[in-house]
Amino acid sequence: MGHGKEILSSEEMAGMITRMVFQVLESVRSSDNFGIVGIKSGGDVLARRIADEIAKHSGKKPDVGYLDITLYRDDLAQTQIADFPVVKGTEIGFDVAGRHIILVDDVVFTGRTVRAALDALTDFGRPSKISLAALIDRGHRELPVQPDFTGKSVPTALSESVQVNFRETAGADSVCIIKK
Amino acid sequence: MSYSRKDLIGMIDLSKEEILHLLDTAEKFREINHRDVKKVPTLKGKTVVNLFFENSTRTRTSFEIAGKRLSADTVNFSASASSTAKGETLIDTVHNIEAMSTDIFVVRHAYSGAVKFIAENTKASVVNAGDGLNEHPTQSLLDMLTIKQHKGRLEGLNVAIIGDITHSRVARSNIWAMPRLGINLRLFGPKTMLPLCTDPFGVKICGNMEEAVEGADVIMTLRIQRERQGKLLIPSVKEYARYFGLNAARLRLSNNAIVMHPGPINRGVEISSEIADCGQSVILPQVESGVAVRMAVLYTLGTGQRGIE
Repeated sequence: MGHGKEILSSEEMAGMITRMVFQVLESVRSSDNFGIVGIKSGGDVLARRIADEIAKHSGKKPDVGYLDITLYRDDLAQTQIADFPVVKGTEIGFDVAGRHIILVDDVVFTGRTVRAALDALTDFGRPSKISLAALIDRGHRELPVQPDFTGKSVPTALSESVQVNFRETAGADSVCIIKK
Repeated sequence: MSYSRKDLIGMIDLSKEEILHLLDTAEKFREINHRDVKKVPTLKGKTVVNLFFENSTRTRTSFEIAGKRLSADTVNFSASASSTAKGETLIDTVHNIEAMSTDIFVVRHAYSGAVKFIAENTKASVVNAGDGLNEHPTQSLLDMLTIKQHKGRLEGLNVAIIGDITHSRVARSNIWAMPRLGINLRLFGPKTMLPLCTDPFGVKICGNMEEAVEGADVIMTLRIQRERQGKLLIPSVKEYARYFGLNAARLRLSNNAIVMHPGPINRGVEISSEIADCGQSVILPQVESGVAVRMAVLYTLGTGQRGIE
């Protein structure tokens, strides 16, 4: 569980993910030619959840991959980053070329992570289309990036941060706002 | 913080955590080398100078490819055509190249300690690509990465290093690093090629080839460096092959051992041709691991914040 003020409970999060799954299914229609790619860390867990739910509803589990954008960050070369950038590794076991890729992240904020993810993803091939799904949109965009599917828009101050907890990694599902 | 040093000079003073951090990072970089687009923009705008005061093809190429795959500008500088040949001091050469805004120096030098000396006299990060008879840390890291890849672990493995231990910087780096990760090391070679005092190493010295090879998980043969010691230390390469060479009969004493060699190989001397090319040989995977390890090292030194412990 995270610290700070809880803004989404486990049940609310589950409902939101289910709604996003139906939005994704609607956008890909009955096409098999799509894949899901989660951005580490956070987006990978959400991508797995979305893929599992899609399998439950459509009877077929889509291809899932995981993208590490550390090497594509635009602040690495400045050596002013707060933490040591640990490389987490990319695992995409399917061909992204010509496919509709649903890019998944837990929180969309400045848009820089998504920009890095688009660069990283296109190094693997040229998808026919890329859509973005984010559980939380907290605003404060620095780049012109908008999610196609959003669980919830949460207005935040820059002095706050949003923490999405997943039962797989944190023991229980919740979304919290933390004052820095 | 797992690795906050400015330089990578040797394995002698690295902690287990620092070594594991570099190995873990290298493991992640292996994937990039299998992509269609083998390039990430991580070190875009950084300049890596390969400062080779001693000839080398594979190590320099490996570092050059590693730097390029991280989008760094890599420049090769070889001493034979350089100003050091005209009488300039080592540090003046380094300062001159540093003045061109170099971020990382990859240095090979024939004298032990020269790389450390350079590191102490430049603000740029310095990677030791082999200094005299001292160390070759990235080779040690790629050896361990290859072992981990093929054996699934490092702790508790029996590794035999056979050959010219005294003159091998690869052996020395491995001798410092491997026991720290729980590897049991045994050494064997002609008496003239073993250090007089092996107590500081705390590793087993074997009495014959069979003892060294039997039950080993990894057999690492070293190159007879003919250019370094001439004919003084062994009567002939034929005799060396007979007593210290790895052949099929000796390899049978250890069923599952992988065979390693830092290259270039003297076929039929330290290792027979059939063993160099057999299924247990991981000599080419070692070369492949080399690029991943060097990417990890350049990445770590090129992006890490300094001074955080």
